[in-house]
Amino acid sequence: MTSMSDLKTPHPPNWCPGCGNISIWGAFKQAAVNQGWDNTNTALVAGIGCHGHMLNFVKITSLEGLHGRPLPVATGIKLANQKLNVFVFTGDGDCFGEGGNHFIHTCRRNHDLTVIIHDNSLYALTTGQTSPRTPQGLTTKSTPQGNPDEPINPLSLAIISGATFVARAYAGDMEELTDLITKANEHKGLSIIDVLQPCISFNKSLTHDFYRERIYYLGSDYDPTDKDEALARSRELESDRIPLGIFYNSDAVEKGKEPQKALIENEAADRDLDKLFRKYI
Amino acid sequence: MNSKKTAQIYSVRIGGCAGQGVKSVGLVLAKLAARSGYSIYNQIEYPSLIRGGHNVMHVNISSNNVYGPQELSDLIIALNQETVDKHHYKIKSGGGIIYNSDDKIDTSQLDKSIHLYGVPLLTLSEEAGGGELLVNVAAVGAAAALTGANLNTLTALIEEEFHDKDNDIINKNIRVAKNAHSYVLENYAGSIKDSLKPIESITTFIPKMVINGNEAAALGAIAAGMQFASIYPMSPISNILHVLAANQEEYSYVYRQPEDEIAAINMAIGASFAGARSFTSTSGGGFCLMTEGYGLAGITETPVVIVEGMRGSPGTGIPTWSEQGDLQFILNAHQGYFPRIVLTPGDVNEVFELTMEAFNLADKYQTPVVVLIDKNICENEQTCDLFDVGDYRIDRGRFTTQQVEDYKRYDFESDGISQRSIPGSGNFFIANSDEHDPHGYSTEEIEMRNRMMEKRGQKLLTCAEEDMRDPQVFGPDDADITIVSWGSNKGSILHALENFGNVNYLHVTWMSPFPSDFIKDRLSKSGHVICVECNYSGQLARLIREKTGIEITDKLLKYDGRQVYPGEIEERIKKALEVINKQ
Ligand code: SF4
Ligand SMILES: [Mg+2]
Repeated sequence: MTSMSDLKTPHPPNWCPGCGNISIWGAFKQAAVNQGWDNTNTALVAGIGCHGHMLNFVKITSLEGLHGRPLPVATGIKLANQKLNVFVFTGDGDCFGEGGNHFIHTCRRNHDLTVIIHDNSLYALTTGQTSPRTPQGLTTKSTPQGNPDEPINPLSLAIISGATFVARAYAGDMEELTDLITKANEHKGLSIIDVLQPCISFNKSLTHDFYRERIYYLGSDYDPTDKDEALARSRELESDRIPLGIFYNSDAVEKGKEPQKALIENEAADRDLDKLFRKYI
Repeated sequence: MNSKKTAQIYSVRIGGCAGQGVKSVGLVLAKLAARSGYSIYNQIEYPSLIRGGHNVMHVNISSNNVYGPQELSDLIIALNQETVDKHHYKIKSGGGIIYNSDDKIDTSQLDKSIHLYGVPLLTLSEEAGGGELLVNVAAVGAAAALTGANLNTLTALIEEEFHDKDNDIINKNIRVAKNAHSYVLENYAGSIKDSLKPIESITTFIPKMVINGNEAAALGAIAAGMQFASIYPMSPISNILHVLAANQEEYSYVYRQPEDEIAAINMAIGASFAGARSFTSTSGGGFCLMTEGYGLAGITETPVVIVEGMRGSPGTGIPTWSEQGDLQFILNAHQGYFPRIVLTPGDVNEVFELTMEAFNLADKYQTPVVVLIDKNICENEQTCDLFDVGDYRIDRGRFTTQQVEDYKRYDFESDGISQRSIPGSGNFFIANSDEHDPHGYSTEEIEMRNRMMEKRGQKLLTCAEEDMRDPQVFGPDDADITIVSWGSNKGSILHALENFGNVNYLHVTWMSPFPSDFIKDRLSKSGHVICVECNYSGQLARLIREKTGIEITDKLLKYDGRQVYPGEIEERIKKALEVINKQ
């Protein structure tokens, strides 16, 4: 059993008041309480960006790594100990800029990780430059003439790259996000949740109001096992309507990708080294 | 002056184009020699091509010890014309060439003193049911005959080599080898030598390994209880991952090929954070990408062992040739300061032992350990006694998987080493790349920052006291000339030393922490110091100057990618002796 107070650290969040990170943090903690995630069964990894501060505010063992690199770290953790629930917190710059290559290959590998992308569509910790998710034309500190480039579509990229659970959430809907995080962790394969997270300090365009006018939930008649349909719906982002929910959820996950026993339990004492050495005679 | 007799070394040089099986000829001959009681040192040279380039393998054989390359050969096996043209002037007097007389090989330009052994390798292969592909097997049979090797040992080797193939293939190979063997016995009866004649019978045979540094590193990691490895392919270390990938089920560890070297080291760090003994390997270019992860392991105090195999650089450089150009890079890579342990073995035995030790050191000091080797060590085979883990014990250091009351991952201890734990143990901590407090929470407070820097820095001081080893000294304690060097130069230096009674060699295997006191003492006592290095700027000499204040002016530096030869070192010693004797 995990209670809210178990998760509390001496450090209160230092995000800007009203920041979308706060509700992602809240939703994760709520899911942890509901599911009993704690220091006996769970590990967290984050990259660098405003999102990364979160590890200081959740009392579950974690690794705060380098900008762009949380995915390979998490992969190493999962391969070493498949019993752990492994959560990755990453930003859009972290995940698609600095770590873009890792994102594609992590999707291909489809290990059993849950990746929560704090997607504020710009670089916030460095005070507001364009990111791979910044809409074309938006002015930022690094694109005062307007962003010249097309943004990445995280869900489409995840689906075609091989992730088997692909979802979008809005940071303003904590209840729905809590539920998604729980379902993502239950999925036996890579789970990607792109969370639309308004940055109230630097992104004056993608605000709560902006999202509230455009979001809607994929209905109960939507079939998330249809990959082509999932890909088609993921592209709606490019229009003015933004669907939320689970776009793709495939049970066709290859079993046995991770060793079934924690590597630390494989003692080297019983290794027959003589046999190995004799191969070189 | 000659206190010891120079070892008699018989050198066979095999040349052909890539794809002709030059390397397998060399390996079979080396194993044949090893099983007949000889010591061998193989040297492989090839361009960065899969087919078409000129490949050369030198098999140096001695009933004494051989541990370095030789400039001249006794026998050349020429699988093509290019080999004859490029190498005939590297034959010792009285030496010879085996060539394929089915090819129109032109030998008219050759010195008349060179013995020519034309053997119709293709015809002999075809007669025995083989074809073009088995020409190299015919060459082995011919060479075995000419050197007086035991035919049964050869056929046993062929059988083992193809043990996973069907009998047809094995028998065909054996027939081809035998056919060429008898051809040489019949046609060159008067020329048969005893260079490979068994000095040990099957019953007195003590097995010796024929193994290169890559394989020794992989075996060292497996012997050290490595549990996770992620390695991206790169010359010259790819063979490490081949060995690890092939043996992972048998020895229950996991090897994964990552998307790049950044992922390689970050995966290793993740696995290590979760408790697995973790390993990665790369060459200089890949290490450029690992540089940020190197420091991540440093500040999060996560153990990781890295084998770095150096090649001719910078950029893509000369990718299949050797260099010792990454020493200062490994010692200084990454921004800021963190403790790193850097070991530089000089032969396959040292690679095996220091790789095993690296895992214990990484766990004990909770920091990255680099085993730095050059391409010559990576790819050249040597004979050595069957590896022995001896009294090696896996030591995970201050490490717990049990729940500890009021656990503090980065607690302050006088030796700088805190108790490590893992996720899932019940202990809470943040392995934090931000500066942090004892629990791992981010901090920018002045006092905490200072104490954490000092705590991490202390670990290297502790290591210098408890584990660091002084360089090995070869030769007399007191000498007129002291050579200081590292890595694969060791073999050639030891051969050079055989000709001088008043020269010794300081073989440096610990670069960080650095045995400054010992080296300072030794070098101050010596009349003259020569630093031998295969790099442009004298990186060890620079380290010695930094740590001891001693500036070495006599440097033998080589950066053409080729190995340093005993003769080059002897020449430099003689020059120095001339100056000394004039004084
Ligand atoms: S800068 Fe933006 S993303 Fe960062 S904490 Fe403030 S509101 Fe949140
Ligand atoms: Mg961002």
